[in-house]
Amino acid sequence: MSERLTASQASSAAQLPARYREPGDRVFRIVVSSLASGIILLAVAMAVVIFLEAAPTFRAMGFLSFLTETTWDPVRAVHGALPFIIGTLISSFAALAIAALPALGVAIFVAEYAPKWLASMINYLVDLLAAIPSVVIGLWGIFNFAPLMRDRFYLPIYLWAIEEAEWLIPIIGAPTTFNLTTSTLILALMIVPYTVALARDAIGQVPLEQREACWALGSTRWEVMRMAVLPYARTGIVAGLLLSLARALGETMAVAMLIGNSNRVPFTLFGPAATMPSIIVNEFREAVEPLHYSSIMAVGLYLFFVTISVNIIASWIQRRLSMSKGAV
Amino acid sequence: MNRTKRIISVLAVMLIAAAVGFAGGGQEGAAPGAQAAARQQVELLGAGASFPAPLMTAWADDYRDLTNGRVTVNYQSIGSGGGIRQFLEQTIMFGATEANLNDQQMADAERATGGLAFNMPITLGDVVLTYNVPGVETGLVFSPDTIAGAFLGQITRWNDPAIAELNPGVNLPNLPIQIAHRSDGSGTTNIFTNYLTKVSTEWADRVGFGSSVNWPTGTGGNGNEGVAAIVQSTPGALGYNSLVYAVLNDISFGNVVNRSGNIIEPSLQATSLAAAVQIPPDGRVLLTDTEAAQGYPIAGFAWALVYENLDQNDAIGTRLEAEELVRFLYYIVSEGQEINESLSFARLPDDAQELAVEMISSLTWQGEVIGADIIADVRANGF
Repeated sequence: MSERLTASQASSAAQLPARYREPGDRVFRIVVSSLASGIILLAVAMAVVIFLEAAPTFRAMGFLSFLTETTWDPVRAVHGALPFIIGTLISSFAALAIAALPALGVAIFVAEYAPKWLASMINYLVDLLAAIPSVVIGLWGIFNFAPLMRDRFYLPIYLWAIEEAEWLIPIIGAPTTFNLTTSTLILALMIVPYTVALARDAIGQVPLEQREACWALGSTRWEVMRMAVLPYARTGIVAGLLLSLARALGETMAVAMLIGNSNRVPFTLFGPAATMPSIIVNEFREAVEPLHYSSIMAVGLYLFFVTISVNIIASWIQRRLSMSKGAV
Repeated sequence: MNRTKRIISVLAVMLIAAAVGFAGGGQEGAAPGAQAAARQQVELLGAGASFPAPLMTAWADDYRDLTNGRVTVNYQSIGSGGGIRQFLEQTIMFGATEANLNDQQMADAERATGGLAFNMPITLGDVVLTYNVPGVETGLVFSPDTIAGAFLGQITRWNDPAIAELNPGVNLPNLPIQIAHRSDGSGTTNIFTNYLTKVSTEWADRVGFGSSVNWPTGTGGNGNEGVAAIVQSTPGALGYNSLVYAVLNDISFGNVVNRSGNIIEPSLQATSLAAAVQIPPDGRVLLTDTEAAQGYPIAGFAWALVYENLDQNDAIGTRLEAEELVRFLYYIVSEGQEINESLSFARLPDDAQELAVEMISSLTWQGEVIGADIIADVRANGF
């Protein structure tokens, strides 16, 4: 292995023009490659440290039963991650589902339909939306959005369900101001700008020839969009959606402020819930008992795994889509 | 072109060299004076609970003025849990906490340092029941049973007979009670759940007490401000906050029937009175459900943590630092208490103050008791 490596290095060095073998060039290569490998080392070191800190919990609870245990009771030293995993997955995927279509619509409108002045205005506002710190969105949610939603939607729907649709009650639950639905909607709002920006760029990169060819066939505007532009931009759009999902999975402050922070499963739509980042940010500071501390670390490790798996799935989907792109 | 560039770079290098030279010269010139000052100046490093942090900052400012800038105190408000952990890891000179060390931690500290870890009372925390009931003013009366019933999710409406009985003449609406609790681990939760554990066997069986617990019902808010936000925005909400916070933010809070059957209105004085009980020598006592007749029942000490054998704490390097720490601790429990109430913190009652002074007196450095002499010196010559 090392022999082949040195051999290939030697041959490549021999092929390089003399000016690329100057000392400065070599120093630059060493600097760049050590920086790049530093990033890999950092990620591995992070995983190792979190795992070591979490190890007491896995010894006490077992790796799998910590995953499936539904009680989180620091007083009795019983810790299970399932409520938080469920909360994270439900809120993130629901937020993505809510955000995806409107965001795609905005991206299509901006890229294809809007006059230039309107498009630049929308782009500016979308970027602005992405720049709002999540804690500010959380505050707005606490004082404006959540009370409004409770009075206009949760309470009326709940009262209606009591009268007309008893079977809905176990799903929606007794409404509280801060709940799963509130935080999911806010999450959706927070990932819209990312989805829009990435989808917009993907659509913008579709070559003009592609569109012109479709126009030439006598297609309508929508047909061009559907048959020429969207299939070509599909990879970029899906990648954008998954990046937004990763952001939703890790979003901490706004969710912790609005989700109501209850560890009791089953969660209801209008009742409080909790996510992995929210339990970490809530309890880490005051976790005195060693098992409590290491359990929070263990939740962090699972969050690490969930995010990594989403990223791996993302790149897998992207590769599959871009391979079939040739057929389009 | 190339030439100009070279000249510019040479000039730049000369400028930098000159600047460095000047800076070096300046340092050399100032060195003797700075060293003389450094011999006297000490920085005390502490960390822990966020509840007493404003008070700690005020003490630090006042003490720096008192010592003409000789001693600065650096207190990091990282939470009781963090304070205890860093204290046991010996990265800070003193800790501060709203939850006292448990037996295991006391034993660990004793094994590590060969002496006791003192839980020295510095002020008191109080927890009031905050609520948002349309048409009901501040001062609604709660009994231990109604509080436990509501937080267990058994009393679910504001016009429940148990609450109405305690509040004749108050027009209680038929509104569901929405419980709000802290979602972050906190000393406030520790005091409040400890109270519930003492007054309700069902609470003790089902939930217990700690800085984070498995709440039977309700919505969690992050920090005092988070609970306050839920209470203020939710008609029918019932939560708990520290007294200062409820007063400053104008949230309605209730009076509580204490163990002696007296209805106590929360106040700094009623909180101090809660400590009018026998305090054990190690300072570890939870004042909830106090036996004191006029004491407010949901209150507890905040403690400073300090090792008896100061030299065994890795964070303290020199005898001078240890001596300055002793002086500052004595300041906290003596003169420092004067500013407590101006910041809406309760004063230590006399018994607790005496106990703290006793603890400080017995602090040692390399086997020699230094606390008593320093206190005598301070009493004679000031800080």
